[in-house]
Amino acid sequence: MGEGDSSALRQLQSGATLVNRYAIQEVIGVGGMGSVYRARDMHFPNVTKLVAVKEMINSAPDPLVRQTIVQNFEREANLLATLNHPSIPRINDYFTIGSRSYLVLDFILGKDMEAIINDTNGFLPEEQTLGWAIELCDVLDFLHKHKPDPIIFRDMKPSNVMINQKGDVILVDFGIAKTFQTGMKGTMIGTEGYSPPEQYRGEATPIADIYALGATIHHALTRRDPRIEPPFSFAERPLRRINPAVSAELEAVINTALEYDPENRFRTAAEMKQALMGVAKKTGALARIKAAASSIGQIDTIKPLWSFKCEDEIRGTPTVLNGMLYVGSYDNNLYALNAADGKFKWKYPTNGGVVSRPAAYDSNVYFGSEDKRLYAVNGTSGKEVWTYHAEGPVRSSPRIAEGHVFIGSDNAYMHAVNINTGRLVWRFEATDAVRSTPYVLNELVYVGCESGDFYAVDFRGALKWRFHAKRAITSSATSSDAALFIASLDGMLYALDPRNGWALWRFRLGKASISSPCVVDDIVIVGASDGFIYAVDARSAKEIWRFRTEHQVNGSPVVYKDSVYCGSVDGNLYCLEYRTGRLRWKFGTEAAITGSPFVYDDIVYVGSTDHRMYALLA
Amino acid sequence: MKFFDKLFGKKEKTIVRNQDMANTAPLTEEQIQAIVSGQSPHFDMQQLVAGCGQSVGKQRELNEDSIMALTATIAGNSGNLPFGLYLVADGMGGHQFGEIASNAAIRSVSDYIMKRFHPYLFHLKTEMMEEPFQEIMLGAVREAHKVIQREAPGSGTTLTAALVIGQQVTIAHVGDSRAYFVYPDGRLDPITRDHSLVKRLEELGHLAPEEAQNYPHRNVLYRALGQGDFLEPDIFTVAFPQPGYLMICSDGLWGVVAETDIQRSVVEAPTLQRACQNLVTAANVAGGPDNISVVLAQLIG
Repeated sequence: MGEGDSSALRQLQSGATLVNRYAIQEVIGVGGMGSVYRARDMHFPNVTKLVAVKEMINSAPDPLVRQTIVQNFEREANLLATLNHPSIPRINDYFTIGSRSYLVLDFILGKDMEAIINDTNGFLPEEQTLGWAIELCDVLDFLHKHKPDPIIFRDMKPSNVMINQKGDVILVDFGIAKTFQTGMKGTMIGTEGYSPPEQYRGEATPIADIYALGATIHHALTRRDPRIEPPFSFAERPLRRINPAVSAELEAVINTALEYDPENRFRTAAEMKQALMGVAKKTGALARIKAAASSIGQIDTIKPLWSFKCEDEIRGTPTVLNGMLYVGSYDNNLYALNAADGKFKWKYPTNGGVVSRPAAYDSNVYFGSEDKRLYAVNGTSGKEVWTYHAEGPVRSSPRIAEGHVFIGSDNAYMHAVNINTGRLVWRFEATDAVRSTPYVLNELVYVGCESGDFYAVDFRGALKWRFHAKRAITSSATSSDAALFIASLDGMLYALDPRNGWALWRFRLGKASISSPCVVDDIVIVGASDGFIYAVDARSAKEIWRFRTEHQVNGSPVVYKDSVYCGSVDGNLYCLEYRTGRLRWKFGTEAAITGSPFVYDDIVYVGSTDHRMYALLA
Repeated sequence: MKFFDKLFGKKEKTIVRNQDMANTAPLTEEQIQAIVSGQSPHFDMQQLVAGCGQSVGKQRELNEDSIMALTATIAGNSGNLPFGLYLVADGMGGHQFGEIASNAAIRSVSDYIMKRFHPYLFHLKTEMMEEPFQEIMLGAVREAHKVIQREAPGSGTTLTAALVIGQQVTIAHVGDSRAYFVYPDGRLDPITRDHSLVKRLEELGHLAPEEAQNYPHRNVLYRALGQGDFLEPDIFTVAFPQPGYLMICSDGLWGVVAETDIQRSVVEAPTLQRACQNLVTAANVAGGPDNISVVLAQLIG
């Protein structure tokens, strides 16, 4: 079979006129079978009467299939013509020209619910969604009570619900009336994700429409599109876990509509409408205040084990080894504290801010400073072992492997320094400042730079491969068995093949990110400057959850046992369940947290720009 | 095995000791080999080989399955890498043009992917490719979905596609054909999840596995290429099993031949091509109720 006559598939151009009456203005939608146009009805020459013209292109090569398609179309037209309800569009006309059939309907000035969900930042307000749900129950009730036979809509979903300028709902697309075949490999009718179990078996009942309405409202309130989830999995995405602003009363009604067994759902749309009206009466400001209060109450319950104050901001990340905690401060010092009680042990002064994370190895601590030097200092005494001049401010953290310290500098080089002597072994030239921390895996060193280049370099300093992101890679890499993960200022989280740098996938974050991802059980967790902490499936790049903080997330999340710990510029350290993103607790500091926490032996250590270092029970 | 011992002898001992410290069940030789080879510190060039088999079966008159197996190398960032594209599509019977749908899926997906990885075959200019593998697979599947809706409206097909580049396998999957990893130690791991009503009911605990065998709506899919406006294929990337095999097949094989027989056929055959022939024969001997399609691939070295 060839491609067919391509002109037969082309959309109508604006200016075209159908049956000497409908002047096409523009395409307003594209479906599986054809387009929907806005047109002007020229039978009203003195006023602008707009209509929606729905087109169905019959491109089936088989005459029997063609005939069935035309019959389905005419059935939809005739059905619509008999219905009179404010939420059902009026039909004005229908006709067929060659392989194209047209249905002329009232033009609805408004937006479909799916577009509204997608264009809204955050969640839709409960009252608004509740209002739509009540109107939808009303129109479903009207259809279900149709004589002689009830009309089953069969395809309730957000994209089939228009919201007009007055905010009222209009049900569109009555096109589904296919018969269901069993025995051979078949497929369902209705839209996957929104349809109840029995509809997959070919049973379309009024109660199936109730389930799909529940699914539609669930989608609207959670922003989780059921088409990309396994069918009948709403119970795995409880409304209030995703959107805590929803009232318990509304959640209960939606859960009833979404019951797996039709017997347990509302018996009629009218009954569901009653229940929704009840929610509308019961809730109001009261429910929302209660929900807000319960999340605030948790802050006070977390008390630090100890805290320690430096003379300036702590922007970096601490590290702990042999009972000692090492952390750099913007007051130019590296501090060594007793990890158990936060008692000061020693400090080592540099001539610039220490903004990265020190590395502790054997008996020494290694760290860079904005004074352009890399330092090796004895971990117990604080005495200098050696220093290395990196020719540019050091904002990258040292990585220790195979007798080398790998570190980036703003002089656009990654330096490999002998761990014992402090002498340069080789350096690798990048195209811009290297602020990312080198990552070592299978005898390759991976590092990003501010131009967006990301390099894999072997232990002799030779380039193995290069990957390019659209903006800076300040984030450091991490890896699972099969992939490397890095975030970029271009707002992407990338998965790369560590062997050759091919991109496996990329995940769009809300905004730029300098946070370094962490991986646990094939879940990649990373922060971004849009204030969210994201959890993404390492194999499929599917979002598992996201958690909203009140400001940028620039530090890196850390997983310990079954929790993820992450700071935010909003000043809080968050502890979330890593599988669900549910908040366990948060701890507020006096200023932004820009570094990462360090967790060791059930204690979380975190620094804040309020100048303090805190130790909390994990 | 001696060869491996010589090569990895030292590492193997370390692994065993670590496992003992973790106090887990002892691993089989093969599992240890798998771990050891997975930890191979050098990224050496490997060789990808494949075979395929196809039969209309004993009870159908029409073959509605389509398959494709392409093996090549590809110039990459760091030397030439193995490249493989393996596809199985099972057109939906009872719908008009199941065979057209499955064929359109194979044709459209391979066209889309080959144009990106091997543009010279189409006399296209070779350009630096920026799209990640998963986005290419998604683009290919969405394109095939459109082509089927245009050429055979109302019809549909399953599609299980594997794109192998180096040691990465990127799978795109819709419907109830399956991809498996077959291990020499006897494990047969399905890596795809059927988009069928019966599987979903089983997952939810509404059907017991033995009930599922006789469930009347066994063949109802909730996701198929060509069906519905919106298509969300399962797409993911995993490491190629080493040692082991990648197998893709239609339900004419996995629904008919017992897993242990499949596993034995794959591991015991002298070549992949013979293994595929044996699998097709086994399905036909078991009655051949449906079209049978299978592709096997192995990464050696």
